[in-house]
Amino acid sequence: MSETNESTPATETAATDEESPPATDGDQPTGSSTETDLTKLVKDDPEAHTGDETDRYAPLEVEGLRKEFGGITAVDDVSFDVEEGTLTGLIGPNGAGKSTTFNLITGMLEPDEGTVRFNGEDITGLEPYEIANQGLARTFQIARELEEMTVLENMMLAPKGQIGESLWRSVMPFTREAVRDQETEQLERVWEVLDFFEIDHLADEYAGNLSGGQRKLLEMARALLTDPDMLLLDEPFAGVNPSLEKRLLEHIHELREQGYTFLIVEHDMDLIMNNCERVIVMHQGRILKDGTPAEIKESEEVIEAYLGGEV
Amino acid sequence: MSVSDLRGRFEGLFERDITLVLAVLGVIYLAYILSGVVFGYGLRGQLNSVANLTFYIGVFGMLALALNLHWGYTGLFNIGIIGFMGIGVYVTALVSKPPVAEGGAAQVGGFGLPLFIGIPAGVLVAGLFGLLVALPALRLRADYLAIVTVAFSEIIRFTMMSRTFQTYTVPDTIDLWLFTVDPTADTVGLGGGGGLILNYTDPLEALLRGLFLWEPYLAFIAFVQRNFIPNNPKPVIDGVAYGIVLLVGVGLFYLLLTRTGQSPFGRVLKAIREDEDVANALGKDTDRFKLTAFVLGAALMGLGGILWYSGRGSVTPPSFRPNITFFVWIALIIGGAGSNTGSFLGGAIFAGVLYQGPRYFKNLVEAAFELGSAPRNFGEAMAGFASLDPMPFVLYTLDSISQLRLVIMGVVLIWLMHNRPEGLLGHRKETASTVDLARPGSAESSGKPSAADGGEER
Repeated sequence: MSETNESTPATETAATDEESPPATDGDQPTGSSTETDLTKLVKDDPEAHTGDETDRYAPLEVEGLRKEFGGITAVDDVSFDVEEGTLTGLIGPNGAGKSTTFNLITGMLEPDEGTVRFNGEDITGLEPYEIANQGLARTFQIARELEEMTVLENMMLAPKGQIGESLWRSVMPFTREAVRDQETEQLERVWEVLDFFEIDHLADEYAGNLSGGQRKLLEMARALLTDPDMLLLDEPFAGVNPSLEKRLLEHIHELREQGYTFLIVEHDMDLIMNNCERVIVMHQGRILKDGTPAEIKESEEVIEAYLGGEV
Repeated sequence: MSVSDLRGRFEGLFERDITLVLAVLGVIYLAYILSGVVFGYGLRGQLNSVANLTFYIGVFGMLALALNLHWGYTGLFNIGIIGFMGIGVYVTALVSKPPVAEGGAAQVGGFGLPLFIGIPAGVLVAGLFGLLVALPALRLRADYLAIVTVAFSEIIRFTMMSRTFQTYTVPDTIDLWLFTVDPTADTVGLGGGGGLILNYTDPLEALLRGLFLWEPYLAFIAFVQRNFIPNNPKPVIDGVAYGIVLLVGVGLFYLLLTRTGQSPFGRVLKAIREDEDVANALGKDTDRFKLTAFVLGAALMGLGGILWYSGRGSVTPPSFRPNITFFVWIALIIGGAGSNTGSFLGGAIFAGVLYQGPRYFKNLVEAAFELGSAPRNFGEAMAGFASLDPMPFVLYTLDSISQLRLVIMGVVLIWLMHNRPEGLLGHRKETASTVDLARPGSAESSGKPSAADGGEER
């Protein structure tokens, strides 16, 4: 608990680097490394991530967000931004407005006031699928996998720009060939990601038969296949056992190393404090504190409002 | 090597489906033919019975397949099937009925266009109405969509009966922006409560003429007349031939819908059925997918309706009551929502066992035992019990078996809900993809087909 935030993510990722490449390579029949393949998914220039730490590009900017539900202000004037290639935690007690904020960002809810900008574009009030197509993927608080579809179907669903999603292309004899080609191509990537998350042995299983933790892995894998720039994870560790939690964290750190940006809503204080570079604390719909874990721990308001003076 | 493995696996699966379908059809047909033997049917009677059975297997198979696209794949709760069927039939009739002079016969006429225009027009308009219903309704939750669709189908039926639309006088010339149309029709309309007489060319004849098979067909009938059925074999042969046409229709429905299902499009439909929010969060414009699926299904229901009714001499609005909608639903539930093979199988079983079966059972019992006449009412039926004689009751039950059909269907449904809610072939992995999803280039994963289609229960 006395560790500073700078050292913690570094040690986590160091551990990841040692452990996981052999594990994923072992499952690769093609011999190509998962890591290189996944890096290809990232569109941005890798140079961008190695730049000055203090002045990083912020793909997600939230400004003055406000949402009322029949007189109750669930989210009140919330503004923050998330810097590229970081792991940002959004914490707060129950009913603080974290999930509502999430839903406002991803288009599931429409804000009463305020703007959400992603990669410089205003995405406020767009439909969820439009926001997803901009490269902002999300997972759900209670893992929502598509139960009566197999893990493979779940995964194959995710990639963007599938030409076979047009009915006539899928049905007509000649255009169907092109659909098959694209699906074959897509399938390779699907298996790579399955290997990366080590759920390839479940590929033929119905998603509804998976355990809670496996569902979380599937959901993150699926979100990753939409080729996002940024992932919003809503309580990814809820109901996950400690060893799987460690695995999930390793995956998140590994992906972050590759340039993905994460915003994580979480209840578990320690987890956020030890893994995130930046923490945003919400309380009663407002942002209470925004800073490094060290700053959060020292903040009197946070301790009073959320930690109950324990730390 | 792996290609041949995959092919073998695919064929294995296909074979099992085919075997199952053929086995079920075989049992049903055999039962009908055997009961025909018991009844002492001649060839004519047997052919009639088989043609009748094939007709209902065909139409219920098609409609169950179309409904499977709505409910089994997309999770759209459509209980307005009969409305789309009615639109199909009525539009086809309007387009293809021969014109009637103004003020002439009491019957209304049509535009006198050939059936190969009339039928596509009916299908198209059914699809358009699908769009009309779906546009406002798809934003609603499943149960509200159900209310909208059933209301829609009743609106259609009342429109058919309405005096307002009974007849309409077509002007001699219609000015359309640049050119003038001179329609041949003088009076058209929906015919009101009296319905429409379908006095266009018989659809079977139109089809065979279109395929240049009409002359050989007539020659074949003459041949049958000389050798097998001396007096007027045409209606019987027509029935059998139309049954074959319907089975081909089922095959085409199956092909189209299987291709639709086994594709990225079908995958999104499944995802919408499972959780629309997730599909949305993965960047799929779910409204567009739902709309497309609903319109396609509605058009296919229109075609099903046309094939069901257009071979008859006339249609009347009471044929389009919602009970047929529920029959199709029962067929789909028996077969297993989500599976195209199951949908057809459900349609066949429903038609053979629940729809036609009870009447055959009654005839069979009557043919096998010399039974007296049935009591006229329930009181007389129960009176037998006073003297410990159950026969009046049994006879009465047998006599009212066509009314009891609905009770039997209800019992079957309740039993299914308790014991096999997924239907015969539900919960099968008809994987929504154009390609095999096994790990590319690995023989290991393609070597375990058992995992891919166990018909697993949850």
